[in-house]
Amino acid sequence: MSIFVDNDTRVVVQGITGGEGKFHTGQMVDYGTNVVAGAVPGRGGQEVDGIPVYDTVEGAVEEEDANASVVFVPPAFAGDAVFEALDTDLDLVVAITEGVPQQDMARVYKRLSEVDTRLVGPNCPGLITPGEAKLGILPGNIFAEGNVGLVSRSGTLTYQVVDNLTQRGIGQSTAIGIGGDPIIGTDFVDALAAFEDDPDTDAVVMCGEIGGEDEEEAAAFIGEHMDTPVAGFIAGRTAPPGKRMGHAGAIVSGSGTGTAESKISALNDAGVPVGDTPNEVADNVEEFL
Amino acid sequence: MKLHEYQAKGVFAEAGIPTPESELAETVDEVVDAAERIGYPVAIKAQVQVGGRGKAGGIELVDDEAEAREAADAILGMDLKGLHVGSVLVEAAVDFTDELYVGVTMDRTEGRPVAMVSTKGGVNIEEVAEEDPDAIARVHVDPSFGMHPYQARNAVFEAGVDRDVATSVARVLTTLYDLWDDKDATDIEVNPLMVTADDEVVAADAVMNVDDDALFRHSDLQEMEEEGDTDQDDLEAKADEYGFDYVRLEGNVGIIGNGAGLVMTTLDLVDYFGGAPANFLDIGGGAKAERVTNALDMVFSDPNVDSVVFNIFGGITRGDEVAKGINEALENFDEIPKRVVVRLAGTNAEEGMEILNTDLVTVEETLEDAVQRAVEYAEEDQ
Repeated sequence: MSIFVDNDTRVVVQGITGGEGKFHTGQMVDYGTNVVAGAVPGRGGQEVDGIPVYDTVEGAVEEEDANASVVFVPPAFAGDAVFEALDTDLDLVVAITEGVPQQDMARVYKRLSEVDTRLVGPNCPGLITPGEAKLGILPGNIFAEGNVGLVSRSGTLTYQVVDNLTQRGIGQSTAIGIGGDPIIGTDFVDALAAFEDDPDTDAVVMCGEIGGEDEEEAAAFIGEHMDTPVAGFIAGRTAPPGKRMGHAGAIVSGSGTGTAESKISALNDAGVPVGDTPNEVADNVEEFL
Repeated sequence: MKLHEYQAKGVFAEAGIPTPESELAETVDEVVDAAERIGYPVAIKAQVQVGGRGKAGGIELVDDEAEAREAADAILGMDLKGLHVGSVLVEAAVDFTDELYVGVTMDRTEGRPVAMVSTKGGVNIEEVAEEDPDAIARVHVDPSFGMHPYQARNAVFEAGVDRDVATSVARVLTTLYDLWDDKDATDIEVNPLMVTADDEVVAADAVMNVDDDALFRHSDLQEMEEEGDTDQDDLEAKADEYGFDYVRLEGNVGIIGNGAGLVMTTLDLVDYFGGAPANFLDIGGGAKAERVTNALDMVFSDPNVDSVVFNIFGGITRGDEVAKGINEALENFDEIPKRVVVRLAGTNAEEGMEILNTDLVTVEETLEDAVQRAVEYAEEDQ
């Protein structure tokens, strides 16, 4: 089993004719993902590698029965593209685009509260249920089918930890990169709750980083609501206060919360072991299984 | 981007928020001339992007020309928390009875903007937030509607602002929100907003930070960024030019990687294995060969760097492009200035390993091994 995506997921790719959109659509199809359509305004009627392109997401939903979208639209237009997707009845929208202005996302976030669609991202690698479907840019070959769920704020850190797991024969149920921006659709708590409800996920890895209070909130949720064991990792222990380390979220204000220390101690208090290295995270998961 | 105080005040004044008369000056004589025009007493304020300028000696209140010369001479050219002071704002001193705080920022937990008012202005508002959170009135704003005037009034009355100035303060707050919205700001603050004896309000300081991701729709702010970019060091300026997320640190192991989380993890591992990171450098997603070459150029330019670890886990970034960039960067040298350890995994990593010129670099398969090797090299080369 898995969360959010599986063999039944029917994907429309917004921005399928762009460089990244085209390349990663190919990668998704190669992985076995059921990509049924593309959506690019003005390109309706064309095909990309045999996949029909529609002018609108609505067209792709009506004609091809798509139930999920992956957004590869440049930052200036990505907010609008997500709004478009949210105004159809898709179950899931995955926004890969990096650099979406914060205020565009604040408006999207408001809209999200009014619809039933789940948004993952933006500025994220997407999600994958190994052996079934991949929505996003994750390198499929490092994943293996299994029973460990993974949720991470950072794309490349997701790959690193998955690699450590797979190398020692631990497969994944679903791996999801939620993105490092300050305003995102699906957060740690959403993903952890879904893993807790998934009978085939026996352990969860949660990779966080400095900045914000999302990990502290996740720790509180784990302590109160989870029976599935969770192993943690926090990036940015050595980051100096006040400096922004790439991710918009990865800044430590200098006050108590948001530091690696406060996140690690919150997780420890919730019974979550936090590894010093990705390898140690895999050790901790191995203990659980 | 962070605006300088003088730039933010210009934006605020244009939007109708009262600010004291002021002029920017770069020499002692310019300071004195400006002070003559404005009339003593004046404040002389260093224009650098750090908090706590006053405590660090970057702001002086002066009553006459002699004092102005002395203060200008001390502040211009001083090193303020690592930044060179190239200009000062000469500003009319405000005779005030009260100091308030007003600001708008993004509440990331709620995913929507929050406007704040406090009667405890003029001090470090983060400390107030920590020690006496009830002293700050907060109102969340629906970004699809903007701030209604009643919301500003509610916040102002809740904060306990004097009724005689409440309407003016509420107007400042709605104006700040509109600016926050129009200019894609991330934070916008006036601290202190001074209240005068005749119940006028004046913005005595101005903070405005703008979302870098939204600068494409604000050519006026882009111009300000170029004009204000005077207090960076050479490496930071270079990082901006190349468009890298870069932070200079104290150690000697140079770090290049893709993706903020993985680069931070690489830093943490350098520390874990007993080394000290010299920098954080994220080449970002989907980097092509030229970007990789630029990254090596940056890290080699830092005299503190003794060894370099290049850690790539490809997703949208492709290993063959990275390998090509490394080869191109290193083939230009007769002797490579620092030893480079490369670890390539993920998308097209195998293709990358095939073309990577392993005569020029050390290759390690795992993240841990790569970091350990770079730490060893740094120790040997010290």
